[in-house]
Amino acid sequence: MDPDLILLGHGSGGKLSHQLLEQLIIPTLSGKASTEQNDAALLEHAGGRLAFTTDSYVVDPVFFPGGNIGDLAVNGTVNDLAMVGARPLAISVGLILEEGFSRRELGEILTSMRRAADLAGVSIATGDTKVVPRGKADRIFINTSGIGLVPAGLTIGGAGARIGDKILINGTLGDHGIAVMARREGLELDTDIRSDSAALNGLVADLLEEGDGVHVLRDPTRGGVATTLKEIALQSEVSMTLDEESLPLKGAVRGVCDLLGLDPLYVANEGKLLAIVAADAADRVLQRMKRHPLGTEAAIIGEVTASGGGRVQMETLIGGMRAVEMLSGEQLPRIC
Amino acid sequence: MSGPELFRNREIVRGLADNIARLTADLSAPLTFMEVCGTHTMAIARYGIRSLLPPEVRLISGPGCPVCVTPIGYVDRAVAYARRPETLIVTFGDMLRVPGSSSSLMQERARGADVRIVYSALDAVALAARHADRQVVFLGVGFETTAPTVAASILAADAQGLTNYFVLGANKTIPIPMQVLSADPAMAIDGYLCPAHVSTVIGAGAYRFLAEKHALPCVVTGFEPADVMHGLLMLVRQHVERRCAVEIQYSRFVDSQGNRKAQALLDEVFIPVDTAWRGIGVIPQSGLAITPRYAAFDAEKALPVPVEEPREAPGCLCGEVLKGKVMPPECPLFGTVCTPEDPVGACMVSSEGSCAAAYKYGT
Repeated sequence: MDPDLILLGHGSGGKLSHQLLEQLIIPTLSGKASTEQNDAALLEHAGGRLAFTTDSYVVDPVFFPGGNIGDLAVNGTVNDLAMVGARPLAISVGLILEEGFSRRELGEILTSMRRAADLAGVSIATGDTKVVPRGKADRIFINTSGIGLVPAGLTIGGAGARIGDKILINGTLGDHGIAVMARREGLELDTDIRSDSAALNGLVADLLEEGDGVHVLRDPTRGGVATTLKEIALQSEVSMTLDEESLPLKGAVRGVCDLLGLDPLYVANEGKLLAIVAADAADRVLQRMKRHPLGTEAAIIGEVTASGGGRVQMETLIGGMRAVEMLSGEQLPRIC
Repeated sequence: MSGPELFRNREIVRGLADNIARLTADLSAPLTFMEVCGTHTMAIARYGIRSLLPPEVRLISGPGCPVCVTPIGYVDRAVAYARRPETLIVTFGDMLRVPGSSSSLMQERARGADVRIVYSALDAVALAARHADRQVVFLGVGFETTAPTVAASILAADAQGLTNYFVLGANKTIPIPMQVLSADPAMAIDGYLCPAHVSTVIGAGAYRFLAEKHALPCVVTGFEPADVMHGLLMLVRQHVERRCAVEIQYSRFVDSQGNRKAQALLDEVFIPVDTAWRGIGVIPQSGLAITPRYAAFDAEKALPVPVEEPREAPGCLCGEVLKGKVMPPECPLFGTVCTPEDPVGACMVSSEGSCAAAYKYGT
């Protein structure tokens, strides 16, 4: 492989993305070999701890069942803040528009951004707009950055998983990736698969009220549940076992995955979180999740089984065991 | 319970596995079955089927991953077309990352080549109709399941009068390589799990010579986990009862004749030719070439292009893996030099490749 080429797989959220981050981006920008990789950075300041995060959105198509690039860009950044336990305060919006993009569609996107920000209780505080010549971007790209406030004494991060902890998810896997994929491929489906794009900060606030049993929160976006859990297992230096039977999955999503040869464990989500919770708090946290509108189909999908190893395995539907690895290459490019 | 739930049911699979264990408990030597098709390889890995089998039953993977058996020279030719600005390459996704001698389609795309991924050959015809100023080259890779759709695309392009649609053909047929493997004294195969979808087209009768001439049990088997376990049980039963026959486990879709309409499409557009299988070599009459009547759609004939001399990666054991002689982790490159991110051999690339299955789902 020509090492100079940036490939689409470098943006997949899987192994190649990790390699690019660890070999080039983090060492060059931070001057350090590696830093703790969470969804948002924590900055100490006089009044407490601030969380700070940024994300860019290049989804194709721009409009898809259940949302568009605008609400995705707001929800994604709100969620990255929420995943370190922060209460989102404000976000910035950078728009890169391709010459010839529709004003009407831009208006529609901005309206849904505003609505998403209102729903999440966050203000859009600053922004920037650039237009590039036709062909130099694909319709519209959006960057959002966000800051949030972390309550005193709270430590939520990818390194917190402990032996015996349960792994929870707040609903069905793969809805976003499959909704985008089905629209992009023009699959004429009888079923209505919609993106799960949603702000999770409200749900997170509820969960944190249940005490200090919540050790890790992370949203399984690109790379899906498999890649996210593998990241946590490596970061926490633990091994995990998933139970395939307990994975919540819509029948239509399973059908499309079968049809296209995709594994729902690797398909992106935009309104889901994985919570790694102390065993004695798991049932309570699960019930709390289920009471929230974004958690009605929540389930316990596995547990942390051993220290060390960074291994994730899964007991399959039929009772077999198999390894779960990070996404390799690209499964669904440009889904966020 | 119906549909997928039935065929992924834990109790049903467990019951079948228990039967296999009971029947094989007294065997003096283990049984080695080959799953010929890459979709079986993936299903076996993904559902952890090996972990449910008794040690007396060994599964080895065969040459039934179309991307894996496509020779390196074919990838080089596709790369050569991709480098021409007037060409638009259309392919199934798996071909993208297959390494050629010096490049891959994925690298060419990153350098600016126009490479599109489709799920159907007919989408390639639609692209040709939309891009009259470009030469659209579809990579016709696959077995008897995809070959009829490639044939249909050529007929569709012909009916529409398109002169800018071309197929770079590497379609192959399954039964003859199985004969070659069966005749190899180094292989100790005790029976075949025959492909599901290929058999819907060619019919189970196509494997009869394996049972009759090579005394090998064959079971045409579906791709769901209960199908695979049931197919294995049927193979074990034939052994215990000292029978060699072609049986159909996947009877909900396969009969002995196959799909006549699809066969007619193949006969109209293709003729059997000797063809090279990556890692195995030339196998007589196992390829499908476009007939002279449709030569105008044959990229190799209609679009001459200089192609680099093929160079196989040193140390790559894909050929041995494809023949089932070497298990993926036994290859010295597996997981170190050769990974899905930076594959050396095609078996690590394809979503149906045995090395990719072993890497992704463990062994």
